[in-house]
Amino acid sequence: MASNVTPRVKVPATAKVGDVITIKTLISHPMISGQTKDKDGKPIPREIINRFTCDFNGKNVIDMTLDPAISTNPYIEFDAKIDAAGDFKFTWYDDDGSVYSDSKTIALG
Amino acid sequence: MKLSRRDALAVGIGGMALAVLAPAAYAAAEDAAIATFTGGAALGTGGLTLTLPEIAENGNTVPVSVDAPGAVAIMILAPGNPTPEVATFNFGPAAGSQKAGTRMRLAKTQDVIAIAKMSDGKFVKVTSTVKVTIGGCGG
Repeated sequence: MASNVTPRVKVPATAKVGDVITIKTLISHPMISGQTKDKDGKPIPREIINRFTCDFNGKNVIDMTLDPAISTNPYIEFDAKIDAAGDFKFTWYDDDGSVYSDSKTIALG
Repeated sequence: MKLSRRDALAVGIGGMALAVLAPAAYAAAEDAAIATFTGGAALGTGGLTLTLPEIAENGNTVPVSVDAPGAVAIMILAPGNPTPEVATFNFGPAAGSQKAGTRMRLAKTQDVIAIAKMSDGKFVKVTSTVKVTIGGCGG
């Protein structure tokens, strides 16, 4: 299991109804592709984050499938439409079964 | 085992045949990935933008973004990588736009492909060439 996996998410604190906001996420993770070898020449088994989802007040914003070609510390940027104040829930799914999550609240203003 | 001249020649030809076949194997993996995503539907053009640097100095982290207004899903493929799939974005009802960005690994200079599934069920494809100075898939 990957150690020190820390999700970081940037969401504006406030928005107006109808605004489209850009959300930026980064999670520290080695994203071992399965193509690399250790110093004895043995392949290092694949261990990546294979799925990322974002929901706003229970409605899905984005559901992304990640493959081994995604860089270390996966960065994901996308847009969400704000129709009310509420909570964003972010979830990352690891190959080893771990689930990492984060949430952010946005207010109207 | 002792190799006669004839055997040595046969091994040489076999090796060359393998070398020729290898790119075909890559293309097959790419076509299979496209077929899985589109279900064999015809690929149109237009309405999809794939933003990539022209030259990527470091293949370990190449910024990529896709934008296709009206799309329900967008897939990114790098056919020159050991496995062609890079990522698939599925946009939900709360998405502000059908636009997303991430960072990917590219093993070598290649034509990166993006395919978008539009809300009317049509598929569009766009490709863009990236020159990679240092490949980024380990080895």
